[in-house]
Amino acid sequence: MSLFDISQLSQSEIIAILDRADEMKKSPVGASYSGKAIVPMFFEPSTRTRVSFDLAASKLGAAVVSFDHRNSSSAKGETLRDTARTVGAMDPDLLIVRHEKAGAPEAVARWSGTPVVNAGDGRRAHPTQTLADLLTIRDHFGGFAGLRVGMVGDIVNSRVARGLLYCLPHLGASLVAVGPATFTPQEGIWDTDVSTDLDSVLGELDIVYLLRVQKERGGGLGYPSDGEFHKRFGLNDSRADQLKPGCVVMHPGPMNRGVEISDSLADGERSLIPSQVAAGVPIRMAVMARILDGAS
Amino acid sequence: MIVVTGARVLTTEGWKEWDVSIDDGVVAELGHSIPQPADAIHVDGSGMVLGPGFVDLHTHLREPGQVWKEDMVSATTGAARGGFTAVMAMPNTLPPTDSGDSVRWLRRRAIEAAVVDVGISGALSRGRSGELMSHLDEMYDEGVRMFTDDGDALMDGGLLRRIMIYLSDRPDAVIAQHAEDPVIAAGGHTHEGRRSQTLGFVGLPSSAEVTVIARDLALAAEVGTHYHVQHISAAASVGLVRQAKGAGVKVTAEVTPHHLQLCEDDLVDLDTNMKMYPPLRSRADREALVEGLRDGTVDAVATDHAPHADSEKDVPFEDAPRGVIGLETAFPATLAALDGDLDILFDRMSVRPAQIGGFAGHGRPLEKGSAANLVLVDPSAEWVAEGFASRSNNSPFLGQELNGKVVATIVDGGLIYGDAS
Repeated sequence: MSLFDISQLSQSEIIAILDRADEMKKSPVGASYSGKAIVPMFFEPSTRTRVSFDLAASKLGAAVVSFDHRNSSSAKGETLRDTARTVGAMDPDLLIVRHEKAGAPEAVARWSGTPVVNAGDGRRAHPTQTLADLLTIRDHFGGFAGLRVGMVGDIVNSRVARGLLYCLPHLGASLVAVGPATFTPQEGIWDTDVSTDLDSVLGELDIVYLLRVQKERGGGLGYPSDGEFHKRFGLNDSRADQLKPGCVVMHPGPMNRGVEISDSLADGERSLIPSQVAAGVPIRMAVMARILDGAS
Repeated sequence: MIVVTGARVLTTEGWKEWDVSIDDGVVAELGHSIPQPADAIHVDGSGMVLGPGFVDLHTHLREPGQVWKEDMVSATTGAARGGFTAVMAMPNTLPPTDSGDSVRWLRRRAIEAAVVDVGISGALSRGRSGELMSHLDEMYDEGVRMFTDDGDALMDGGLLRRIMIYLSDRPDAVIAQHAEDPVIAAGGHTHEGRRSQTLGFVGLPSSAEVTVIARDLALAAEVGTHYHVQHISAAASVGLVRQAKGAGVKVTAEVTPHHLQLCEDDLVDLDTNMKMYPPLRSRADREALVEGLRDGTVDAVATDHAPHADSEKDVPFEDAPRGVIGLETAFPATLAALDGDLDILFDRMSVRPAQIGGFAGHGRPLEKGSAANLVLVDPSAEWVAEGFASRSNNSPFLGQELNGKVVATIVDGGLIYGDAS
């Protein structure tokens, strides 16, 4: 069973994955999955996600067979379908797919006949990032009910934002999407409030979740300049004074310091950003183990 | 001679339960107890409906240049199965139809290989580049009456206006527009709305279409040349056309069967057979299109039959080429959208498109001596949409059970599709 989008998972399945990730943090699984072969197929640049999946796989004891699309036959003009069929014919146990086109992971799973974990497709979905964020929030707050979460920045172009917009209201949190109108979702599509005025909502938030402008997905056309963005929506020291005690700052990375977030907040005591990165490893272990268990 | 018995027949005197004989390319006799020679081909039309054949104003034959998707034989065979007796070939071929020579080449191919009548439309701009006038006079002299850069909008309003003025002395010339501003469309894959946002696709807003139509209607009002909106998709566009017609502007519009029958809510998974331009829009848009078709604001149903090979469509949604096939499913899709109203259906699928496209001998209710380009349909037959005559399978209705089937198609007095008994 592949994981393409967080909306595939029921609330209880999400909680089960978070619980399993917690267990994996506590007690190493050893080499339970030795003999399994995982192929990360990354067609878009990635640092944290790629390293996180590789580390998670090695902690499961599985072999990671690397695939660099820049040096592969796809760079020689091979279609995605033929690449997927070729890799699938070698019978790996699991593929990790990142691609700039929404829907590519489904297609790769179909063509290769192999389960796939979506590691980010276009603007659409990045379910392991969503799960890592949920684990981070649960670790810190103990749960989700009653939390007020502000998603700030380029929301419409972000696959990370989309996952949280879908999940958090189901888990009992309430949301407000904040950004220039070119970056915020239309009213009525998600269960979220929408605002273009960060200062008016800062004081009510338990979590400020910051997003960078997705310049590679056209986000750069939606605002006049980094300076103006920072002035209206950047989280800096003067805005931090408005945050209530206990409010935390999250960011899925990569960060553009000085645009959506200033150094003092990124590295300050409110920041859960290192925890988000850390949570990615046990979450990816739990997600991959779940699929490998099902397939075996 | 062909004799069709027992059908309800759309005649110049209204619906009649008459037998009809066809000989020498024309309707020979209609009425009760007409002569039935023993050597006549007999078609049993009991429980069925006989009317003028359907006319498609918007067909991508893919010939010349893309015959792996479709060709003259497969496209027109599919047209015959869909009840069409005439189709209008779109000019966005490789190379495009933009000169007298290219029209002559295509006509020769049609005479060689087509089983239904093929009308030829020509590009507005040379090479469909959007920069210079195409060879309008050469094409007009070869019989071309519809001009369009379909596949792309002609965005240069100055050029469009000059072409309108240039053709304004020819009242039968039609300037047809694929109304979509590519800058506003911004590479969108699906309608900008609920589904595009939840699926994470780049949205294509209605305004990409509405703004082009608004501009063009202002030009058409000023110049007076016949302007035709291709594959209209947004409620606001229907409103603009209605308003312009009310003000006396010479404007017509067409809508596809899939826009009448489907909307963004039907985009439930990542099926690339649901990807076409203009995209499937909201439920409210769909309802406005049906209403516009019913009240005559929208004149014609046109398929925008756009074949793409299986291998081209079997890619991630955002990589998929736009377009779906439509000739073989147009009748049941339109019948469903119109709740079975055959009066409106024959007017919008046959009578009016034949007038707009200048198809002589098509789109006329039957009378003695009228050209025998006819379709026999069974409005209650159920069938599953598969096994198409088209070289491609990219139908949004693929595998679905449809209600309403074409039983026989007669072109120029010959039974080109259907069984004789």
